[in-house]
Amino acid sequence: MINGIAIDYFILLSAVLFTIGAIGVMARRNSIIIFMCIELMLNAVNILLVAFSALHQNTHGQVFVFFVMTVAAAEVAVGLAILTMIYRNIKSIDTNLLSNLKD
Amino acid sequence: MLGLSVHQWLFGILSFLAILFSLMVVFSRSPVNSVLYLIMSFFSISGIYLLLDAQFLAVVNIVVYAGAIMVLFLFVIMLMNLNQDTEPQRTLLTKIIAGVIGGMLLLTFTGALKGAETLDKKFYGVSETGLVQNLGKVLFTDFLFPFEIVSVLLLAAMVGAIMMGKKKIQ
Repeated sequence: MINGIAIDYFILLSAVLFTIGAIGVMARRNSIIIFMCIELMLNAVNILLVAFSALHQNTHGQVFVFFVMTVAAAEVAVGLAILTMIYRNIKSIDTNLLSNLKD
Repeated sequence: MLGLSVHQWLFGILSFLAILFSLMVVFSRSPVNSVLYLIMSFFSISGIYLLLDAQFLAVVNIVVYAGAIMVLFLFVIMLMNLNQDTEPQRTLLTKIIAGVIGGMLLLTFTGALKGAETLDKKFYGVSETGLVQNLGKVLFTDFLFPFEIVSVLLLAAMVGAIMMGKKKIQ
């Protein structure tokens, strides 16, 4: 219990947000939306880390969230650069058109 | 009210908003609307961090995610001129399959994580773990080496993004 809220509710919230992100990755074809859904999944995991950090009164979980945010920022910078390059070459970011590695 | 405390009410409202806006991210047609809904979702998540006494992370979440990363997304969307309703959609069958797989994933998560924390810990009152003073102490003593490595990672990402974005490399 953290301030009267059971830890199970935080776990449930995190699981629901992660699932929404996963469904978004599977159900959409726009690469940018897929990227945003990945951000959503990272945030779901961050909530869980902060919740357990607050439960155990230990700072290490929050420091780890800090590192996750840094890695997410780096990932977005490189990923969006790749997307702009793809858009420059084929004028689309539809994932169905990005099948050059398949054949 | 209804036997619930202020913290419980706030948690319920914030998590409802976070889930609602996340669903809007997935289901809205226009990418610009998706980005705006994602920003709202991040604000709700920052509120949950505040409930958990992680003040520093709540501010960093708004500044880094809602401020920097989402603006980058918006810039790229504007650059590609994607704000059109004729964007490609998956077939209905694929969407249904994605929904079923997602439901099974959620079921697995809740089943596996329910009662994962068996410790009967209770915490009430003002916590000081989330203040920038305590976080900074840990970050610059226990986690000094990872902290330095992360700076190299950011430099590599910066150089990589610039190299990728250039038209031709001389």
